[in-house]
Amino acid sequence: MAFIAEDLQIMETIIKRYPRPRSAIMPLLHFVQSRAGYVTNEGIELIAKQLQLEAAEVTAVSTFYTQYKPSAIGEYHVGVCTNTLCAVMGGDAIFAGLKDHLGIENDGVTPDGKVSLEHIECNAACDYAPVVMANWEFYDNQTVQSAKDLVDSMRAGNPKPPTRGPNKLVTWKEASAVLAGLNDGLAHEGVQAGQPTLLGLKLSKEGK
Amino acid sequence: MTKLAPVLSAHWDEKDSFTIEGYKRHGGYKAAEKALAMDPDAVIQLVKDSGLRGRGGAGFPTGMKWGFIPQGDNKDHYLVVNADESEPGTCKDTPLLMANPHVLIEGCIIACHAIRAKHAFIYIRGEVTHVVRRVNQAITDAYAAGILGNGIDVVLHIGAGAYICGEETALLDSLEGFRGQPRLRPPFPAIAGLYARPTVVNNVESIASVPAIVMNGADWYQSMGTEKSKGTTLYSLSGHVANPGQFEAPLGITLREILELSGGIRAGHKLKFWTPGGSSTPLFTDEHLDVPLDYEGVAAAGSMLGTKALQIFDETTCVVRAVLRWTEFYKHESCGKCTPCREGTWWLVQILRDLEAGVGTEADLEKLLDLCDNIMGRSFCALGDGATSPITSSIKYFRDEYIAHLTTGGCPFDPVASTLFVGAGA
Repeated sequence: MAFIAEDLQIMETIIKRYPRPRSAIMPLLHFVQSRAGYVTNEGIELIAKQLQLEAAEVTAVSTFYTQYKPSAIGEYHVGVCTNTLCAVMGGDAIFAGLKDHLGIENDGVTPDGKVSLEHIECNAACDYAPVVMANWEFYDNQTVQSAKDLVDSMRAGNPKPPTRGPNKLVTWKEASAVLAGLNDGLAHEGVQAGQPTLLGLKLSKEGK
Repeated sequence: MTKLAPVLSAHWDEKDSFTIEGYKRHGGYKAAEKALAMDPDAVIQLVKDSGLRGRGGAGFPTGMKWGFIPQGDNKDHYLVVNADESEPGTCKDTPLLMANPHVLIEGCIIACHAIRAKHAFIYIRGEVTHVVRRVNQAITDAYAAGILGNGIDVVLHIGAGAYICGEETALLDSLEGFRGQPRLRPPFPAIAGLYARPTVVNNVESIASVPAIVMNGADWYQSMGTEKSKGTTLYSLSGHVANPGQFEAPLGITLREILELSGGIRAGHKLKFWTPGGSSTPLFTDEHLDVPLDYEGVAAAGSMLGTKALQIFDETTCVVRAVLRWTEFYKHESCGKCTPCREGTWWLVQILRDLEAGVGTEADLEKLLDLCDNIMGRSFCALGDGATSPITSSIKYFRDEYIAHLTTGGCPFDPVASTLFVGAGA
């Protein structure tokens, strides 16, 4: 895909956030993913040109970080936490169940391009274990069945909403724009906190 | 019995707690106003007097860190907030930022004033889209309200999935647009940090603790906690417990107390092992229920307070499986810069995989410990050290369980029994 003039303007505004242009590499890579779906060669070249770097320098950064994808992934990218705590509490079973259900392996994409699957590391929601992420939105307290239902809803084109996130699951490209620091206006949606987050406060009010 | 003491979490149960209106309803941004009218050195002194120590793991005194920034050097100074929360088990900054991003922004203003910085950067991990939205919107709203932009700017920087960027110098390299690999120290960030300028790097919870200290005073903060560990902090309880969650309490509370007030271990089971502060802190067992969870108490018992991530595992959990999984994590997240960590974590995984499968001999345990000995203290940063913690501590407390894998030729545990949905037909 070709980047349009408006994209270049957005990239300029991203660069201007920083005292030094090179700091913008990471948000620019997220931005490229928001337009192309993954880090394309064209995107690398464009960032290099904008920042007056060699393409190899941008590639070196891109390949260091796991969130930058070297090839196309699903419209909904599902990550199952299989770090120790989630794995033990059900994450391993959920991941195995999803691989079987979708007929794909780790880093695989369904043939319809709707869902991709990845086992992920701790996502800072251990009090909601087992945790599944989709486009890096929280799906808390999952079971094998609830995770299967979730990916089915994605493939049917009507994904279930996150448990702590906006009212509707955004696409991978839309989420990537948020990670490029662009405001999609959805911050006010969703709960301020889930029940485990509030448990200590609640008990304190009960005098504990 | 220690009582819970919500300060950071005091208003999280209000539906609009994350908005500027919700924050101002409880005196939000009054502390910044007060601090900006103070001499910057007085603000540093106040934070020093409060006894606040870093909540990101190391526990370094926050005010002292601020005091290291050279003054009158005619250089730009920077504040960098480490919101790259990724240590396994750690889940406090993420809900804090989702429920109340403004307290961090107010803390940034106060800290910038104290260290004479015009720029603060919040480096937040990339795998939390909705938290990014909340922080981004809060920054936008703070600018619109004229709170930011009058000499202090806050820039949100979003990571892309690298645990190592939680290490402060790797974070700085990442923020400068490079691969996130740690730097040699000295020079420390206070002298040559971001863009080789004097820089303070603080954890989210540390900076978010500052507004309340400014409003209520050092004596108030000092009145909570223990002799050398002052104030309140977020303890994150997870795993095989009846009720996981966030518990803000004075430093020094014990796991026994937290379990008692929250409902204990999950019904019908008993505590086997736990981490006091994430997977990089040596494991504890049921012998350690009464260890005061402050910096000194946990260290005296052979571990570290770390991030206060209390991951609880009951008797259904295979410790070898747990440790192997953490070790696979460290291998995956090793940045590759230094040999002991890059090569060492790779070999640790190979040996542990064999042991979990019941392959090998008891001599392999000695080999594991020897490898750990060659990684610990010989790596470039704390990632390598952290990788050895679960291994050495688990062999110390559960050597017999490792050997049971060898004698039975495989794992003697049923992984289904440790899931949350045993018998749920899932």
